Amino acid sequence: MKILVPVKRVLDYNVKPRVKSDGTGVDLANVKMSMNPFDEIAIEEAIRLKEKGVAAEVVAVSVGPAKAQETLRTALAMGADRAILVQTDDEVEPLALAKIFKAIADAEAPGLVILGKQAIDGDNNQTGQMLAALTGWAQGTFASAVNVEGDHVSVTREVDGGLETVKLKLPAIVTTDLRLNEPRYASLPNIMKAKSKPLDTKSPADYGVDTTPRVKTVKVSEPPVRSAGIKVADVDELVAKLKAMGVHS
Amino acid sequence: MKTLVWVEHDGKAVKDATLAVVTAASKLGEVHLLVAGSGVDAVAKEAAQIAGVGKVHVADNPAFGHNLPENIAPLVAELMGSHDAFLAPATTTGKNIAPRVAALLDVMQISEILSVEGEKTFTRPIYAGNAIATVESSDAKLVLTVRGTAFEKAASTGGSGAVEAVSAGGDTGISSFVGAEIAKQDRPELTSAKIIVSGGRALGSSEKYQEVIVPLADKLGAALGASRAAVDAGYVPNDYQVGQTGKIVAPEVYFAIGISGAIQHLAGMKDSKTIVAINKDEDAPIFQVADFGLVADLFNAVPELTGKI
Repeated sequence: MKILVPVKRVLDYNVKPRVKSDGTGVDLANVKMSMNPFDEIAIEEAIRLKEKGVAAEVVAVSVGPAKAQETLRTALAMGADRAILVQTDDEVEPLALAKIFKAIADAEAPGLVILGKQAIDGDNNQTGQMLAALTGWAQGTFASAVNVEGDHVSVTREVDGGLETVKLKLPAIVTTDLRLNEPRYASLPNIMKAKSKPLDTKSPADYGVDTTPRVKTVKVSEPPVRSAGIKVADVDELVAKLKAMGVHS
Repeated sequence: MKTLVWVEHDGKAVKDATLAVVTAASKLGEVHLLVAGSGVDAVAKEAAQIAGVGKVHVADNPAFGHNLPENIAPLVAELMGSHDAFLAPATTTGKNIAPRVAALLDVMQISEILSVEGEKTFTRPIYAGNAIATVESSDAKLVLTVRGTAFEKAASTGGSGAVEAVSAGGDTGISSFVGAEIAKQDRPELTSAKIIVSGGRALGSSEKYQEVIVPLADKLGAALGASRAAVDAGYVPNDYQVGQTGKIVAPEVYFAIGISGAIQHLAGMKDSKTIVAINKDEDAPIFQVADFGLVADLFNAVPELTGKI
């Protein structure tokens, strides 16, 4: 089968985001950008399925600016076979993303689409579920284990109280949780090889998708700042503070 | 505006997360509830008691027994013909179902709202809580998930909702529930606990977590939490994890023990009323948000603390 893996270029997870003083958003000028960590896990899982002989081809897809090519090259260096960049400078919402991925899924007919459970910039946690709704396929969200068995896939999911396992008819949508796997690093030879792998560039209009936002960002502000606390000298002082607050056994 | 609130339950009782969603929904208009599941009479009766609730729609069908979104989302989408907004708690169940509903309705979802600013205007955290966005929907219908710790819980008694059976929907046949492994905890649930004692990588082992963190939590009647590092190292099961990728908590008191305070962890706990940090590294970022910080070796300080409170 073919596996489709959408990936997103986001502010690197180690960078502390700075809110722009005019309240229009987070400052992304001259900051390190990387592949969304959950998407690295998605690529890794797809490659592992290919290595097990379950998948024949892994196609990485990204919707974003020309620079999202770098993110796709990373996916190719990890082991994806080819890539599609749907190029746009607009911020594309999960619903429109899901529509683009639906159109690509119609054209590519994958057996599985593996996405990250959420992007660490918008923190929406929607795209995979929306794609599942639009394709009419089953969804295995927050996956910590994925086993393809014949015409279905078993997905173990991280849920609030622990774990649960569901069995989904293929084709299906899986979204990755952190513990699904540990993504590999791309080796230098593979980074070089990735440069010659195919990367198609398209636009949202090629898929007939309108990316006009449905939700308008009125403003972006700093979260409320916690007032500075104090350092206590020893356990006795801490116990006194806790007792003063009414915390005791 | 007529709202429909997803009632999260375990087949026996309404989960607390639902009560905060009712409060958020009541800021928008008339509150209707949806109880979906298999054999949910008791849950429906309990739901009808929640203060401020109008109608309780009950969809009792084996197909709804395990919250499979493939079966639930079409049911909700059908009920949304007569409602203006669908609200679900931002739990793993709510996050699994709501976006599927939104796409079926062709609307954008607004995730994890922190406040209701207007009929279609909400605030929500982005970038792991490092920024707060105020957003306005232009869709005809709203689909929202609600961060439970951001809203007061509605009273669980005093209401008198009318219970009405719904016959819509059924098994789509594309997914099935195989089984669950639910971690056993004889202590308060992490997301609703008043006090949380959390341990990090500095503990060094599962044994030390049991030896140092658990007795303090026992003494305080607290829930147990952990940083991602402690979970990844296998000290505790992953449902203990507090943070951007784990649970978002806001207890009265949060003890961060041997936790450095990475931004992903802070995203999960920085709305706690009081934060107490114990760490031997005085430059650890956790001290920038802690109300009370103690720079000390946790292996000495925590047992001493447990003994003295």
